[in-house]
Order: sequence, then structure tokens, then C-alpha cells
Amino acid sequence: MSKVTNILMVGVGGQGVILASEIVAEVMMRSGFDVKKSEVHGMAQRGGSVNSHVRFGEKVYSPIIKKGEVDILFSFELLETMRYLDYLCDSPVLLVNNQKVLPPSVTLGADEYPDTIPDLLRARYPGFELINALDTAQQAGNAKALNIAFIGALSRQFDVDQKAWKDAISSMLPPKLVELNIKAFSLGREH
Amino acid sequence: MKVLLSGNEAIARGAYEAGVNVATAYPGTPSTEILENMAAYKEIYSEWAPNEKVALEVATGAAIAGGRALAAMKHVGVNVAADPLFTASYTGVKGGLVIITADDPEMHSSQNEQDNRNYAKFAKIPMLEPSDSQEAKDFVKLAFAISETFDTPVFVRSTTRISHAKSIVELSDPVAHDVPDQLEKQPEKYVMLPRNARIRHPIVEERVRKLGEYADGLEYNRIEINNPACGIITSGVCYEYAKESFPDYSFLKLALVNPLPVAKIKTFAAQVKKLYVFEELDPFFEEQIKALGIDIVGKEVFPLCGEFNPTVAAEGIGGTQQTTTAPPLIDYLPPRPPNMCPGCPHRGVFYALKKMKVFVAGDIGCYTLGALPPLKTMDTCICMGASIGHAMGIDKALGDKAVGKAVAVIGDSTFMHSGITPLLDIAYNKGACTVVILDNRTTAMTGRQEHPGTGYTLGGEETKSVDLKALCSALGIDNIRTFYPYDLEKIETVLREEVARPEPSVIISEGPCVLHRRAGKVKQPPYSVSQDDCKSCKVCLQLGCPAIEWQKGEPKDTAYINELLCNGCSICAQVCTAGAIIRSDK
Repeated sequence: MSKVTNILMVGVGGQGVILASEIVAEVMMRSGFDVKKSEVHGMAQRGGSVNSHVRFGEKVYSPIIKKGEVDILFSFELLETMRYLDYLCDSPVLLVNNQKVLPPSVTLGADEYPDTIPDLLRARYPGFELINALDTAQQAGNAKALNIAFIGALSRQFDVDQKAWKDAISSMLPPKLVELNIKAFSLGREH
Repeated sequence: MKVLLSGNEAIARGAYEAGVNVATAYPGTPSTEILENMAAYKEIYSEWAPNEKVALEVATGAAIAGGRALAAMKHVGVNVAADPLFTASYTGVKGGLVIITADDPEMHSSQNEQDNRNYAKFAKIPMLEPSDSQEAKDFVKLAFAISETFDTPVFVRSTTRISHAKSIVELSDPVAHDVPDQLEKQPEKYVMLPRNARIRHPIVEERVRKLGEYADGLEYNRIEINNPACGIITSGVCYEYAKESFPDYSFLKLALVNPLPVAKIKTFAAQVKKLYVFEELDPFFEEQIKALGIDIVGKEVFPLCGEFNPTVAAEGIGGTQQTTTAPPLIDYLPPRPPNMCPGCPHRGVFYALKKMKVFVAGDIGCYTLGALPPLKTMDTCICMGASIGHAMGIDKALGDKAVGKAVAVIGDSTFMHSGITPLLDIAYNKGACTVVILDNRTTAMTGRQEHPGTGYTLGGEETKSVDLKALCSALGIDNIRTFYPYDLEKIETVLREEVARPEPSVIISEGPCVLHRRAGKVKQPPYSVSQDDCKSCKVCLQLGCPAIEWQKGEPKDTAYINELLCNGCSICAQVCTAGAIIRSDK
């Protein structure tokens, strides 16, 4: 059986992690793969930790990824990246959006936000890449397109036609937001 | 056509394809999206019921009339609906009646992790358990068929990892179900007077026996013989976890989890050398299989608590190479719990209650986040509507010494769900309690659903809206006050006056959820902190607003407001004793 690809997408409520995972899952289904995707939503997620497991391959059983088997960690926020290192396989790809969202204990002054995260990740993982998706989104015209700009960077990891990504984005976003987000995707893919 | 659907979307689709006529639910994670998706099928009458008991009664009525009906709820919702459930098992149905129970192992969004398979056995009702979205759709259709064939309500049990996971589903065309024009009177079947119920009970027991035979013949209860050295009996998403870790072992995958296919279990047990039962939460299969005299390994190696995953299967069964996982790069990471939103109307109320140091009997909703630091102002939270009963019990236990000590806090949707009857108790039995209804005009916690107080139905139609003041007055509450939850002084004055009053009183906090689409888009200008005036006292931080940060600086550390997050609600400016928090446009 061909290997299943495991992508763990993590971030903070409100960053668009879930929509990003919906798009990746949709693209992989349209590309002929079996797909499963799982996340938890419920408690007022705004501001809370969010993660979504996306798996695709010839046949996928579990909707959640085993620890030690994540091929690609797709992280929208620096600190959130650090919570999931035990999920990573031996030679993972880490795409990390260079953004800090301060958790409550940091805003309250009780904890400090660790400032060495990119250096620590770079030192351990050759597959680490720091991406300024927020800049790319702003360049495309709106900071809220951060998630789609970031997906542009992720799309380089797969042998899937650009058109499949753009078709999925066009069909899953409100019509008035499509043009902006296609632009954000293209810029994100080029950078 | 193949599409990616969540388990909840697939359940709604299955009901649609089965020609369901009536669908009803009260929102509750992880079940909420079932009815939200059902409402998109205009052929189906879909509604938000005030609570799960009403939902099941409405669905049962529809089924007695010959319609196909579905009631959906989270696991603890079945507790609320348990009264009609146990006797609907006796009466049976005419049209199909399917009850979705969406359980929450791990308590991602729940107060307990009860295993509702027990309800199926307890109420003598068959239960199907899908493993993915395709089965979720297929099993809902099968459930309607079983319901009508065996004259019984049927459970379909989902869990968070089914409801909120997506997988590929092949769609089929819907088959319409026609409801007869005439109502058929069958009081001996539907009027459960003792003499009728005594006749129905043996019919129920015979039904369970026949369903056992059916289970043995059901193809979805599937034996997969591979390596006979190890056999695993499992169901639901646990099948996927075990299959992930042990694709080469033999499986008995149970679809109908109540009643169990006894002959099939015995056949499977005879075909494999070592037998495991891999089930989340209770040893539901294990106890029944052990009672058959079959040697099986279960809870000795698998946990009783929490949700499973493929690693739990691998570690419990063993024999596979354990993956080594990377150690953390930073030992302590600041946690990131969910938080009340910037501008949330609940924040000021909890700040005032904290200041008053009263005992807060709490309830279920976004405001339960008031229990977390820094507000940390909730002292009980057990189930929907319980806050009001708790306040009454506290009042009666302490007697004259109770005055001024406790307050009940409950949301508007929760009040509609289960708060009216305990408030009636307070009025009737003269409890000197203060009840605060946090009326944010929506069911916020589950994603802002309508309820009988919002003036809109699930389908978005305008409708009657409960007049909370008139309702409380009709129940016998004489002291009814209101406040605008962004006026701290008023909040505190009203709370102090009512808590001191040795009579029942209700205070209604009138402030819509800031995320509510009808709250109005007008965002107030944000506030900012004058670094010169800030006295570094940290009082504003005690509000736990995500927009307020603590900033290191020279000559002193000060508060700082993130203007992108600030909603302009002004509560922080009201607590600031230095007058350092000012509106940015001034």
C-alpha cells in the first residue's frame, strides 16, 4: 500500500486554519486520493489553540495522525508549532508562518513569549522554512487572506496542478473574495 | 457523485436521502451541525427545539403520525430526553424514528464523557455506530429501515471524531416518504397506562431477541479474517484506529452495537488465537462478551477514560515497533485556552460578581469561561439549567444566613432550555435567590443558533420571541431588573441591591453577543493606554480581555491595548483608576 501523507495544520482560533485544511482536503480528493480530515471545534474557539489533521493517500483509515508520523507541520503561529513536535516524523517538513499571537498568560505578564523559536527549529529540522504569509496577504490586498497565501507556500510540496488549487479556492470561498485570494495564493506559491 | 462530508453533514444527507419529514434538535457540540445542514434541505421540516426532551417528543409525535422523524442531540442531551426515550421504546413507532447521539470522548466540549451505548441497552433500543462519513450516511438510512421493520426508535451513535471528521461520501438520490393524510387511533399502543404498558413490555423483549438474530445476519457486522493470530472486536472510529495500527490482523467490525451479534462473535472468537476488544470509554462489549464465556482482553490494556487513537491501539496490543517521538525544544509553553471575546457582554458582569465575592452558581454556555483565570468567578457548573436550582438549594440550606451570599448566572438559551422550571420553584417555594439571565440574544457557545427568545427560526423566518420579563413575572417573580452590561457602576448597584433583598429576584443583562450578526456592525472606536498616566496597577488585566497586553518598558511596565483586537466596549476604561485608558479618537 502506498504511503499516506500526513499534514498537521495548527494555529490560533480566527487565523483561518480550518478553512485552509478544508481546501487542502478538497484538492487531494479531486486529485483522486482517499482523504480524511479531523479537528475539534466547540468551546468558543476564538483565541484558543486549533489543530486540524489532514491525511491523504490510496487508503486512509484513522482520521487522526499518530504521534511521530506527521510529514508536514503547517503552522500558522510560532508558539503553536512547539506544541506538536512529538507528532513529527524523522525528517519532517515544517512550514511556519512568522507570526506571534500572544496567549493570555503572556498578555497578563505572567509568562514570556519564547523569542528563540525559529532558531531552535532551524537547528533541529533541515526541513524548516519560515514564511511571511501575512506580508504576502497584505501584498495581495488584505491581511485576512493570510491562510490562502500560506496555502500557496504549502502547494509547492505536492505534485498537483496549480489549477486544481485555484479551482478549489474558487469553489469554496464567497465569490467576492475569490479574486483577492487567488492573487494571495499565487503570490504565496511564488515566494 | 463523490464529495467530502463531515459526519454531521453525512447524517443530514442520510436523513434527506431517507425522505425524513421532521428533524429537530437542541444545539450541542459535537451534534450542532446536523440540524444546521438539515435546514438546507427545504423538503424537510427542521427546527431548533427548546431542549432535547421536547425535540424527542416532537420527533416521536411525527413518527406516530406516520412521518419519518429524526432528533439529534449531544450525549448529555439524551439525559434530558431520557424520559420520553424509555417509554417510546415501549410504544414503538409508525414512521421511522431515529435518534442521533453525538458522544464526546475526551470531553473536548462537554462536562462528562458518558458512553451512550449504555442507553441503547438500558432503553432496549437498537444502536448503529458508523466508522466514517459514508457509514454515517448509510447507517441513518438503515436506521429508518430498522425502525419501521422492528417498530422501534433507533439510535445512531456518533462521536466527536466522526461528527467533526471529513471523509469521502458517495451521494444517492433521495426517496420521498409520504405521510398518510389520516391519523390512526391506536391507544393500546400509544397510551402507556399500566395495563397497556404491561402488554407492550414483552413485545419489547421479543423485539430485542429478534434484533439479536438480525444482528447476526447483518452484513455491516463484518468479519475480516487476515492474520488469525490476533482478532480485534471494535466499532465506530476505534475500528479505523485499530486498522491503522494493525492492518494485517483479523477484525470483527460491529455496526449494530446493540443488541450484539452473539453467534457472529462466537464464530469470530473460534477463528482467531488471541482476542481483543478495542472500545473507547466503558467496557460495553467486553462485559457482554465475557458473559458469553469468551476469553477476551479489554480494559486490562486499554484506558477507561479519554478518547482513543492509533497509538492507544498499538500500545495496548503491542508487538509493533513503537515510534519514537521527538522531545520538546522548550519545556514550558504558555497555554492558550479559549477566552471571552474582546467586547463580550459577559465580562463586566463577572468582574462585578468577583468584586462582590459572592458564590456563583453557574451554568453551561460561553459564560462558563468566567470560571477561568483571571476572572475565576464561577463556583458550580453541572448541567443545563442547574444554576437556578443550585441557588435555591443554597438558599434553603443556609436559611436566614443565605442573604447576600449566592447568585445564579445563566444564559438566555440555557434559561429557555431548563431554567424556567427551577425559577418556578424559587417563586413557588419562596426562595430568596438572585438569578442573573445573561441575555446575549443567541446560543453563542455552539456557534450562535436561534432559540425561542431570538425572534427567528432555524430556517431564518421571523417568529414570536419570548418576553423574558413577562415570563418571569408570570412565574411569580416580583423583582425584575435589567442592566446594560457595559455600565459597570449600574451592574454593581443592581447586583448589590438584589442580592441583599430577602426575596426572589431576576436581573436581565441586556447585551447581544458581539459576534451576533444582528448585533450591528458598528464597531466602537478602540481604546488606548496613555503610557504616561498608567500607574502599572494591572487592574485592567483582571478583566482577561485578549486586547489588553502587559508591556515591558522604561521607566515602567504598562498596560497596552492592541487596537486591532479592541472592540471599544469601554469596560477597561471604567475599571482604570488612573484615567489612563482613553478612546483613541479623543
